[in-house]
Amino acid sequence: MQQELLTGNEAVARGAFESGVGVGVGYPGTPSTEILESFVGYPGVYAEWAPNEKVALEVGFGASLAGTRVLVTMKHVGLNVAADPFMTMSYTGVNGGLVLITADDPGMYSSQNEQDNRFYARFAQVPMLEPGDSQEARDYIKKAYLISEQFDTPVLVRLTTRLSHTRTPVLPGENPSGPVRRDWERNIPKFVMLPGYARNRHLVVEERRMRLQEYAETSDLNEILWGDRSIGIISSGVVYNHAREALGDGASYLKPGCVYPLPLKLISEFARQVGRLIVVEELEPFLEDQIKTAGLAVAGKDLFPRVGELDPQLIERGVRGSSRFKSYFPVPDGLPGRPPIMCPGCPHRSVFYVLHKLKAIVTGDIGCYTLGAMPPFEAMDACLCMGASIGASLGMEKARGGDFARRTVAVIGDSTFVHSGITGLIDHIYNKSTGTVIILDNRTTAMTGHQDHPATGLTLGKQEAAKIDLAALVRALGVEHVRTVDPYDLRSLAGRPGGDGPGRGVGDHRQPCLRPDQRGDVLKRDDAYGSMHRLQEVPAAGVPGPLPGRRSGAQGRRSVQRLFGLRAGLSAGKGGGRR
Amino acid sequence: MTSEPTSVIIAGVGGQGIILASRILSMAALKSGHQVKVAETHGMAQRGGSVITHLRYGSTVYSPLISAGQADYLIGFEKLEAVRCLPFIKEDGLLIINDQEIPPLPVLLGKLPYPELTGDSLRGSAPRLQFVPARACAQQLGDSRAVNMVLLGCLARYLQIARECWQMAIDECVRPQYQELDRQAFLAGLNFVVGG
Repeated sequence: MQQELLTGNEAVARGAFESGVGVGVGYPGTPSTEILESFVGYPGVYAEWAPNEKVALEVGFGASLAGTRVLVTMKHVGLNVAADPFMTMSYTGVNGGLVLITADDPGMYSSQNEQDNRFYARFAQVPMLEPGDSQEARDYIKKAYLISEQFDTPVLVRLTTRLSHTRTPVLPGENPSGPVRRDWERNIPKFVMLPGYARNRHLVVEERRMRLQEYAETSDLNEILWGDRSIGIISSGVVYNHAREALGDGASYLKPGCVYPLPLKLISEFARQVGRLIVVEELEPFLEDQIKTAGLAVAGKDLFPRVGELDPQLIERGVRGSSRFKSYFPVPDGLPGRPPIMCPGCPHRSVFYVLHKLKAIVTGDIGCYTLGAMPPFEAMDACLCMGASIGASLGMEKARGGDFARRTVAVIGDSTFVHSGITGLIDHIYNKSTGTVIILDNRTTAMTGHQDHPATGLTLGKQEAAKIDLAALVRALGVEHVRTVDPYDLRSLAGRPGGDGPGRGVGDHRQPCLRPDQRGDVLKRDDAYGSMHRLQEVPAAGVPGPLPGRRSGAQGRRSVQRLFGLRAGLSAGKGGGRR
Repeated sequence: MTSEPTSVIIAGVGGQGIILASRILSMAALKSGHQVKVAETHGMAQRGGSVITHLRYGSTVYSPLISAGQADYLIGFEKLEAVRCLPFIKEDGLLIINDQEIPPLPVLLGKLPYPELTGDSLRGSAPRLQFVPARACAQQLGDSRAVNMVLLGCLARYLQIARECWQMAIDECVRPQYQELDRQAFLAGLNFVVGG
């Protein structure tokens, strides 16, 4: 076999294929997205996008229960969503091997936080492996399936953005003749987590932890490299490679393949043979604290930042006090920055233009449209996590009263709405909200690179599928004022007069995302998109559009509801709202 | 003792074809028998934001990241983005700049001017500096999207990578219908440098 240049993500998919994984499931999220997109291309495998990470892991649980090896992928914050099944899957264990990828984002290249998901391994008492390049990603995945089945546990594999999106050579191996399957047999005490059974399973988890500890001590994933013994570095993942770059032969290195449980005896032996023992790790002192708890003197976060990504320069400076890496040519002062912006022709632009003009109070959500918070729009007041926009607007309304709600707008994308917005909307209906919700339906998961979802009519493998009609869904939930608007048609977006009274409503703003590769074509196709020619007016950079200027006060409040053609006095649900 | 890896920074704006260029260069380096590491930018930055690719190859490469003052070559697909990456360049590094301005948002909004970035104003910013009219060159060949291949051709002039390795890399990385165009654009870049 010939070496291939694979990203860390592609190498994970390769390793899963070579392990005979039959089912791959996840929800898109940078930097994890390309794993399943790559995996689905292998012959004889099934792969799908689930509506969210919790469902993804539950599908993975079922596939494992049925005896198939399964790959579950998500970004770091996705594991928060999947934490409920994850914590208890530690108790049930597996039948077919289950590997859960958490792709962390130190430096927050495309995330709302940089939480360190190594803690999830300790939290759930599940082993975690951390590869350092694409070859290791492929190798560790194969090892992870063996560990999963040998120790009857889900296995976490932690990637970071720098690993997921770095290409390095991989020597691929043979693929098995097909998916590896175990038999399925009913096993109620193992898989039904009633308290009585769960108590027994917790004992099993503890016993497994001891065996995993022994395994971690002797695993062939651990590496020791002797150089100058005055400094002993403990580091894992891609950070280990930064450390090698920074310190070369001027230090000795211990690289644990398994970051939980840690091979503490091995580390203790290593510590005895070196002078200064230093842990080099990104984000939290996860390894450092465990090593300190084991009674060893070790430095770490006193030398390196606890925030952001590490690089060779930061590491050398931390260990040596100074770095040989220095700049010869400075950046001139006062250069304009280049923040990400909504693409030319993006259908979200007009919506945020209008929200800006109306001075609406906007709770936002996760997606390209979060850029509506940036200049020139600055039309977003909050963005927390997937699906939060709708609950947050309800909370603001309950805190400030119904009059305030006339100015609130929750803005959420179609994929995010399906992910976790529906339950928030149910709360709006159940608890009698009068706020407005806009679903920005561009018929794709745009931010992560255009993945399909249950409202696009296509699967991950580009097969046709049932397509949720979002407007019909919302009506069925009990929202009466539902209006579908073409965001390119600003007059329609501004809405006809329809009254200003209370009554919740949802606007489903439907235009497809203009992918960069289609933009040129679409912009020329006036026939297909009637108002396309107006895009130049739609504010790329604050160019005035056809709407009147900034409004305020009662006029602004009325306008938010006019915008979506919401009429007073109508309500929804059995209990009925205010009329 | 292993030799130092060759380090190339490719900087520009999301959508300029930087990832394809880095993929071809890394494949050509792999075909030449090198260890290769390429750190790409994905995700939110692609939405018209600054994009930087770190590419390193040699007998041994540890970190995929290029540290301050360690880049042998900086390929700027856009002038402002090239200047932003000046701190990466080695003392004797080479700066190749596509003579193209893409105004960023603060410029579009009229809050800041697009800086004056000419050969004269940048003289002294790098010991060796080349402005390349890569976009005009690609347009002459019929497709402005081939700008990435023109710039790659310019760079190839300086690298010890055999022509057949480039050829194989283009064949593997580029869709068949664009291969001829991209080969021509690559040659145009190569010849532009030769002719000065």
